[in-house]
Amino acid sequence: MLHFDLTVWESLGFGAVVLLGPEYVLALAAMGLLMLGVFRGEDGGRLHLLHRLAALAILPALAFVWLPIWHRATAVGLFDGAFLVDDFSRYMKTLVLLGALAAFPMSAAYLERMRLERFEYPVLILLATLGMCLMVSAGDLITLYLSLELQGLCLYALAAWRRDSARSSEAGLKYFVLGALSSGLLLYGCSLLYGFGGGVSFLVLTDAAAAAPGHPGLVFGMVFVLAGLAFKLSAAPFHMWTPDVYEGAPTPVAAFLAGAGKLAAVALLLRFVVEGLLPMAEAWRQVVIALAVASMLLGAFAAIGQRNVKRLMAYSAIGHVGYMLTALAAGGVGGVSAILLYLALYLSMNIGVFCAILMMRRADGMVEDIADLAGLHGRQPFMAFLLAVLLFSLAGVPPLAGFFAKFQVFLAVVEAGLYPLAVLGVLASVVAAFYYLRIVRVMYFDEAGEGFESPAPGVLMGLLGFAGLVNLLFFVYPGGLVRAAEWAAASLFVAGG
Amino acid sequence: MSVSLLSLMVFLPLAGALVISLAQGEEAAVARNARYAALWTVSVTLVLACVMWGRFDPTLAGFQFVEDVAWLDGAIRYRMGVDGVSAPFVLLTASLMPLCVLASWRITTRVKEYMIAFLVLETLLLGVFCALDLVVFYLFFEGGLIPMFFIIGIWGGARRFYATFKFFLYTFAGSVLLLVAVMVIYRQAGTTSIPALLEHDFPAGLQTWLWLAFFAAFMVKLPMWPVHTWLPDAHVEAPTAGSVILAGVLLKLGGYGIARFSLPMFPVASEMFAVPVFVLSIIAILYTSLVALAQEDVKKLIAYSSVAHMGYVTIGLFSATAQGIQGALFQMLSHGWISAALFLCVGMLYERAHSREISAYGGVVSRMPWFAAALMLFSLANVGLPGTSGFIGEILPIVGVFGAHAWVAALAAAGMILSAAYMLFLYRRVMFGALERESLMKVADVSLREAVILLPLVVATLVFGLFPSLALDALAVSADQILLRYQEGVALVAAAAEGGGG
Repeated sequence: MLHFDLTVWESLGFGAVVLLGPEYVLALAAMGLLMLGVFRGEDGGRLHLLHRLAALAILPALAFVWLPIWHRATAVGLFDGAFLVDDFSRYMKTLVLLGALAAFPMSAAYLERMRLERFEYPVLILLATLGMCLMVSAGDLITLYLSLELQGLCLYALAAWRRDSARSSEAGLKYFVLGALSSGLLLYGCSLLYGFGGGVSFLVLTDAAAAAPGHPGLVFGMVFVLAGLAFKLSAAPFHMWTPDVYEGAPTPVAAFLAGAGKLAAVALLLRFVVEGLLPMAEAWRQVVIALAVASMLLGAFAAIGQRNVKRLMAYSAIGHVGYMLTALAAGGVGGVSAILLYLALYLSMNIGVFCAILMMRRADGMVEDIADLAGLHGRQPFMAFLLAVLLFSLAGVPPLAGFFAKFQVFLAVVEAGLYPLAVLGVLASVVAAFYYLRIVRVMYFDEAGEGFESPAPGVLMGLLGFAGLVNLLFFVYPGGLVRAAEWAAASLFVAGG
Repeated sequence: MSVSLLSLMVFLPLAGALVISLAQGEEAAVARNARYAALWTVSVTLVLACVMWGRFDPTLAGFQFVEDVAWLDGAIRYRMGVDGVSAPFVLLTASLMPLCVLASWRITTRVKEYMIAFLVLETLLLGVFCALDLVVFYLFFEGGLIPMFFIIGIWGGARRFYATFKFFLYTFAGSVLLLVAVMVIYRQAGTTSIPALLEHDFPAGLQTWLWLAFFAAFMVKLPMWPVHTWLPDAHVEAPTAGSVILAGVLLKLGGYGIARFSLPMFPVASEMFAVPVFVLSIIAILYTSLVALAQEDVKKLIAYSSVAHMGYVTIGLFSATAQGIQGALFQMLSHGWISAALFLCVGMLYERAHSREISAYGGVVSRMPWFAAALMLFSLANVGLPGTSGFIGEILPIVGVFGAHAWVAALAAAGMILSAAYMLFLYRRVMFGALERESLMKVADVSLREAVILLPLVVATLVFGLFPSLALDALAVSADQILLRYQEGVALVAAAAEGGGG
């Protein structure tokens, strides 16, 4: 049952350094930049340099993800299985790091514009990314909790980054208080699992769950941990912080936590339920279905009344988490690979849409209302076109990428025989289509309003263009990413036994 | 040799759209270039469709020009091909598109985007008819919503937002259920290849659910009473060419889907639901005809008449007879050009008098004799006058259904009387009477461009009315194949029931 190649790696020699490479790079870079920031002052030129260096640090981390390629077929557990390296972690870390890589240029233009540049910002992003990478590789409850907190603490601070703005401070505070509450739930669940399962490692928990799948202590622990994770995922009914944080946090921070942050949280959830508690699938499936249904419906209906684009994206994110959770309820390699595909495509849509939001700037500051996009088509046709592509993709209209994501998800759901869930899901996506279309309508059909600053920062336009093209042209050859997601998903099941 | 003929034809308009989208510069020049580029693209596409038609062998039952390329995963592949059912629709789509572009020559706002939307739409529509994989089919089927959403929403009339949202959401809601059914089929049969699925026998219980899900999508698209209400709104608000494509091709997707999937793949369910479908069709024919009689808006009247005419299609298809199915397919083709012609005529009137109200017209015949003659022909064809293609399209389904369900035939025939009533009433109020309106005093008869648009439709209406075998021969073998599959499927279950009983 155990496929950990511990004999080679337990020495924790050079091999471990390579396997932990991404994390080492991120940690060292964060510490180095912190020193640099503290001792080398705050003047403008240096801050730019810090940003660049932090972004550059992502690249070696990415390289280290793929460096131990000769172990592709093997799942490796370090530190008694507390830290796992397998296809799943490689796939997810690539996405997380790409999300972090996009965060730097997105932030730079915004921070400069809003005069919020301080040297801690890139350091916090790097540390949050480190937390996310650890989440992806978590192999026991300790790593699970610590990595989640590392990521969370950085994001709380980042959400309140505009300290002069009441909204931003409120966002940070809300995020922190509710995050702390959810961490409490999570920790309580972990203690129950430890007490009744007899260990913190997911392997031990798997054995305990296999021995007594319906054990009340384990079920209680599992429910508490799931509730805590649902907070981080912003799955309904634990979503309350999401709209306020998305709206209040600086836009690039919202983009970062909505993209890479969500990815890492989903990865952690998958590690926990698939790797840790697969024998208890019957028990957690009910919880996941409840979360999924609530999230899909809330995401579809609550977003209709929103006027602020960021709030709308928050509700949209809740809905999308719902779709992913339906695939988790379906379970199996098919379900998990559908989630992984969904995450990759959702990341691209998310980065693209937030780039477009960042481009909504006028002389008197950033604007965020849907109405501000009125007649965008006449003034910035290229931006309007790309944003429309992304919105149609979010709505899941073929032939755009979002359709394939939804297709794989619902295919898994149908294959698991959960027909009502599939029907509910596709109907929710029709309701959701309405509010995405409303933005398209405002951009294309309404009379032109006041324009945005033009030209927009090239890097934002570039990222938006890239995201738009990925979504537009995904249909040409969808097979590649689908197979990559399948490999990654399969490794999760091999390792968990 | 002709390995990629279909793909070339399907994606050529998309390439044209890409070229147009690159155009930059002065607005008037861009608009002119966009018009000509679009016209060239659709013309070349038509030539390719004709080449396809020329090489197409109507005596073969199977699919021709088949392409098969790895795409999504092992089982879901990019498969294309046509048979006698789809090839005529490919030709219909390809021939209506040049007319649409010509009819839109006077569009002045956002010409570039307009032409791009139409070219993208053509790619998607051609793709629907050529797709031989369910997922590819779905991709094209639903992708068509996006350009149509823009066409109605940007270049439409006063209530265009309402109309385009209604259009999009109705159709989207119908087709997501189709998507779930596609997934169930994939799970059940392990493939989404249409030729393979046509040979697959689904369990009778499952057939019911799949049939319902497929029918939900096609019923909205067709549209059938009671989910037809998006169509009058969409038609009224859409620009002329949008209405032409909507009535000429988009509505046919529903009937095509039923003929392609529902009948041969779910024969037992189709037999089971035949009578409810007849009832709905009869309601559609009689009710919408009466509604049409009460309309004050020319486009709305023709839109309701479209719903009524689609009733004959469903009656013919579910009669499950050779005449019925061939007649239904023929009716779809015939209605394709007749309704297109009617909407084009209305568009020409609108360009002159800027009103869609029937009461805004009267006595037009004295200013526009040639136009009056053409409109007369199309009106009578819409009524189903013998000698026009409309007659063949309505009589064959009625003949087909007569044997088993005479009451359906009788009521459907009564609908033909109503259609004569509303069309002739419309014609009298618009064309005859005293020429009193100020706005109509100076109008000119059809221009050369308009004559070029109308002439092919006049020819099609008359030629296929007098020699229906030109089309029927092409689709007969494939239509019989559908019938054969249907009968086999029904017999199989009947035998199983008998075996179980005995």
